[in-house]
Formats: sequence, structure tokens, C-alpha cells
Amino acid sequence: YASSHCIYFSGARGLGTSPAASCPKVCIVGGGPAGFYTAQHLVKTRPDVQVDIYERLPVPFGLVRFGVAPDHPEVKNVMNTFTQTAQHARCSFHGNVSVGKDVTVQELQEAYHAVVLSYGAEGNRTLGVPGEDLAGVHSAKDFVGWYNGLPTNRDLRPDLRCETAVILGQGNVALDVARILLSPVDILKNTDITQPALDTLAESSVRRVLIVGRRGPLQLACTIKELREMVNLPGTRPEMEASDFECIAKMLKVLPRPRKRLTELLLKVAVETPEETELERRNSAKRAWGFRFFRSPVEILPSDDLTRAAGIRLAVNRLEGEGEDVWAVTTGEVEDVECGLVISSIGYKSLPIDPAVPFDPRKHIIPNTMGRVQKCAAGLYCSGWVKRGPTGVIATTMNDSFDTARTLLHDMDEGTLDISTVKPGSAGVTTILEKRGVKPVLFSDWEKIDSEESKRGEARGKPREKLLDVGEMLKVAWT
Amino acid sequence: MAKCLNLGSFLFTRMVEIPCISIGGKIKTWTPNRPGRAISIHSALHSNSLRNSSLEDKVTIHFVNQAGIKTTTTVTEGETLLDVVIKKNLDISGFGACEGTLACSTCHIIFDKTFYEKLEPMVDEEMDMLDLAYGLTKTSRLGCQITVRKWMDGMTVQVPQEVRDTVGSEGSQ
Repeated sequence: YASSHCIYFSGARGLGTSPAASCPKVCIVGGGPAGFYTAQHLVKTRPDVQVDIYERLPVPFGLVRFGVAPDHPEVKNVMNTFTQTAQHARCSFHGNVSVGKDVTVQELQEAYHAVVLSYGAEGNRTLGVPGEDLAGVHSAKDFVGWYNGLPTNRDLRPDLRCETAVILGQGNVALDVARILLSPVDILKNTDITQPALDTLAESSVRRVLIVGRRGPLQLACTIKELREMVNLPGTRPEMEASDFECIAKMLKVLPRPRKRLTELLLKVAVETPEETELERRNSAKRAWGFRFFRSPVEILPSDDLTRAAGIRLAVNRLEGEGEDVWAVTTGEVEDVECGLVISSIGYKSLPIDPAVPFDPRKHIIPNTMGRVQKCAAGLYCSGWVKRGPTGVIATTMNDSFDTARTLLHDMDEGTLDISTVKPGSAGVTTILEKRGVKPVLFSDWEKIDSEESKRGEARGKPREKLLDVGEMLKVAWT
Repeated sequence: MAKCLNLGSFLFTRMVEIPCISIGGKIKTWTPNRPGRAISIHSALHSNSLRNSSLEDKVTIHFVNQAGIKTTTTVTEGETLLDVVIKKNLDISGFGACEGTLACSTCHIIFDKTFYEKLEPMVDEEMDMLDLAYGLTKTSRLGCQITVRKWMDGMTVQVPQEVRDTVGSEGSQ
């Protein structure tokens, strides 16, 4: 971000020289953090490389726009650095282009010296239990997509007319979902949460959220910032089973600092008697949340008319193994919990988008070494979740993308990647797209969408009111 | 303003109701985040620093970047180390992604022990993010929380070194 300013002040829009026909050209598939950080590093490091980013949606930024919670606007500040990258003279953004459908990876490889696949993880892991398809059961990916305005999830219409919601999984995404379900609407109404989601949450009957994990407190997957936010959430109180925390306190002294602090906070909230003002606050709170440990889903139980979820059957576990390597084993006992909403937050999953690209069907990633795709001809790279798997925060993806960019640049320097031929780059792709009736959305077109969303948001005291429909986005983009 | 930092965008609409705590004597005010806004702020900072540099910059600090390259710069007391990296256009990849709002760990800086021990203590919110940083050490801090002081004159700080020796080799992923 800082270093990119050196190049940007000389290469910024209007001030840089346009790329020579014979310059190295790189194509990036996916306009989220991985794509932008990979582009940023390439453009900054080599003064002759031209980078084009292709994105399926008309709008850029991927999970920064559609995944980061509305009440975490600071995390979205990275959009500023991505904007600078997109506006660089040697970088261009092409939205509304679906790679694998509108143009194949092979066609991209013919037009560019290198193609970097950074298209993330658009699928999700399934529970594989009966009742998963009942109404009232959603993946966290879809629920988050719904409140964040992802066009695919616009019509999700989750039914929040129930008292208890059960979230399966205890990572940061699970905590985001819990927090959005229980946040006072007064807090949410000034964020960029979509208006339909806000209206639905305003009418919600959900008063209790259980966040369920199959292992124990020492394996809690979320991070301390998110736990603090739940603890401090106005109008809510924590409700947990003290028995889940036996033997935990004595483990504290051997834990590394991050895990120790997380566990200390968890113990404080779950087990310790609060002092008076906190006790009063809890007693007057109308909403409750809590972790449930050592529980795995075995079945989602249907309502009497068999159409919707009415409960969930959980297997009770115990742990085996030691130290970092513990796993859950069922005890044979089960427990039924009444609930009307089940959100499964057990992980995103990458999907193959083009048969020409090797894909590991077990790990659901593109097989690679340091970002260089294996088992195929030279010139194919990957970065972000499709390379490493769908975990980590934006900074993790940033470092990962820089690693891939370094590998690519190394290959250019060493000659492993042949950049001596002249390639048509985006001009070649535009010709193909025109023939197929596909019109890209350029960054300046996105800026019109951005401006329209900001304008609509201002009327409501929100940073933006997102457009929820691809058709509407395109209409605004091309006015 | 520890609480305010975590509550994000509704800070400025609810200023009256949320108790504000100063962190080490500094009260920070946040402005609304809109794409493009940070660019104009940093251009302004850049031109200010050029104008005032000869008069006010009295503290010399050495920065070692991820490739081991050292840059020496003289800065003004009172800025944060994040401000310094931005204003002086130091070549450190991906520094300060969240722009100083304690929502990431990319402004992670490693100090020498003697300087580290003299720094103002960390608040929980900084430690929460720092604990997630890549290459965390016992003398690590987040640059956005460290204010330049005169006693830092001559100090060397570094960011985690990038691992270069496996590029091009057939390591496992």
C-alpha cells in the first residue's frame, strides 16, 4: 500500500506511458483481494508488465464487499488500495466477464503470457446430514451473501420468526452471523447492510443463538476480537454450560499467548461470576448467545408438516489426542435442541471453473507449488483461497498473493515463463467477448455504480445502499 | 477510544452515547470511510511533509523492509510509524491495509529489545490484532499505535523478512 505509492504517483491515471505492444501481459481471474493484491505486486515490481483483472460480477472487491460484516467497515478500507491498483496506467479491470463461460482459460492463455487464477471459493461444504434441505437451513455463505447484497442470494428470504437459531461452526464467519442476528437494529441501520436484510432483522423473533462446535473450548476457531464483540454486544447476555469448561483453567499456563488470551476471555465470560453492574446488565438483556462445545450435528429435525426445520439432533462428543492434535469422537449420547433456523458455517469451498485447469477434488484447490499450477503447461498460476483453501483473513491472502506474484516474476526473470512473444492481451479478449455479445464493465463504469450506491446510502444515513441486481448494476454502469 | 474503534462506522453518529477512552493519552478521531477518500488524505499529507520537512523532522529512524533493504528517514515527533511509512513512501509491501483502524496486522513492526521496552504499553485491542500477525516476535508492535518520540532517534525497526529461498524449488504446498 505504502510502497505502491512510489509507482502510483508516477504511473497514475493520465501521467504514465501506455504499455508497449511487446510488454509482458498478465491476466488475473477474479476481482477480489487475491486478484488485486497479486496485480498490485506485479505492477509495482516490474515497470513493463500490464495486468488485466477479469471479474464475473459487474462490481469488484469480492468478499471485501460481500463477506466482511457490515459492522466492520474499517476492514473494508483495503478497497482504497485496490482502487489505486485498478486506476494504475498498467492495470485494468473488466467486470461482467465470466471466465469458463464467456471466455475459456485456454483463450486467456493464448492472449496473455501468464494467467493467475484468483477466483476464490464460491461453494460451501455441506453437512451431509438428513434434513439439510429443509426450509430454515442455510449455509453461512448464503446468509452472509444475503445481508451483504450478493445478487445470487437476493431472494434467500430467511425466516426469522423463531426464537432459537443454531449456528454450526465457531469460526469468525459463525460469529459474524451470530452478531448480525442479535445486534440491535439501531446499530445496523447506519451500516451498508442491505435494506431488505435490515427490514427482516427488524422483524426478527430470534432471541437466542447457539454457536456449536464439535470439539472443546481450547479448539475454538474464532479470534479474540470477534469474541469481544459478542461479549460487548448491547442487549445480550452470554449463556454457556460451565461443565464444558472443566479442566480448561489449569491449561492456561502452557498455552501460547494468542490462545491463552482467547481462553482467558472465554472463561471469564462463561464461568466467572460477573460483578454487579455486569450482572444487572445481563439480567435485563433480552437476547442470549452461547457456545456449545463437544456437539456434532446428526440430523435436522422437521416440523410436524415436514416442511421446515424445527430442531436439531446433536451427537455428544469427547476428545481424543493431545496438544494441537485432538479430534472429536462420539460418545453415543445425543441431544435434541429446538430451533427454527440452522446456519451451517463449516467452511467455504472452491469449485472448478474450467476443465482445462487442474483441480484437486479432495482438497478443493488448484494443485500448485508456491502459486505455480502443477500438472499443466507453463504460464498458469493461482493465488488466494483457490490456491491455499478458504481460511485466513485479508492479510493472509495479501501475503499469499505477494508470494504468487514473486513466483511469477521469478519465472519471468529466469525465462521459465516465455515473455518474448507479442501477445494481444485485453485487445484479443475484447474481440472474443464482442463476438459472444459480452460487454465488460470497466472500472470507470463501476465508479458510476459506486457513486449511485453512495448517493442512495446518504439518503438513509448509510455509507452506501448496495444495488442488489446484476441487471440494475449494468444499467447504471452503462448510462 | 478503544470501544469506539471496534464499533466502526456508527462511531460518528453516536459520539454522544459511547464513552471514549484515550489510548495512552491519544484521542483519535475517525472520518467516514469512502473509497477514494484515503487517496486525497495521503496526497495532502505527502505535500505537507515536503513543505515542513526541513523545519520539524528531527528524529532519525531506520526501516528494514521485507527484502532486508534498509532505508533511513528523518521524521517529525508525534506521527505514528504508519504515518511515516505512508508519508515517506517507504518500500514496504502491503503495509497498513486497514489504514490504522486496528482491523488488521499488516503494519506489524519488530523493534530492538531496548527500544521495545520503552514503548507505551499495549491496549487489548492492539494485542488482539497483533496476535494474528505473520512472523510475530516478543518485540513486535503495530506501527499504527506507535508514536514517534525524540528518544527514538537512531532506532532501527524492521518488518518480517520474506522467505525467498524456496521460490522455484519443488517444495510441497
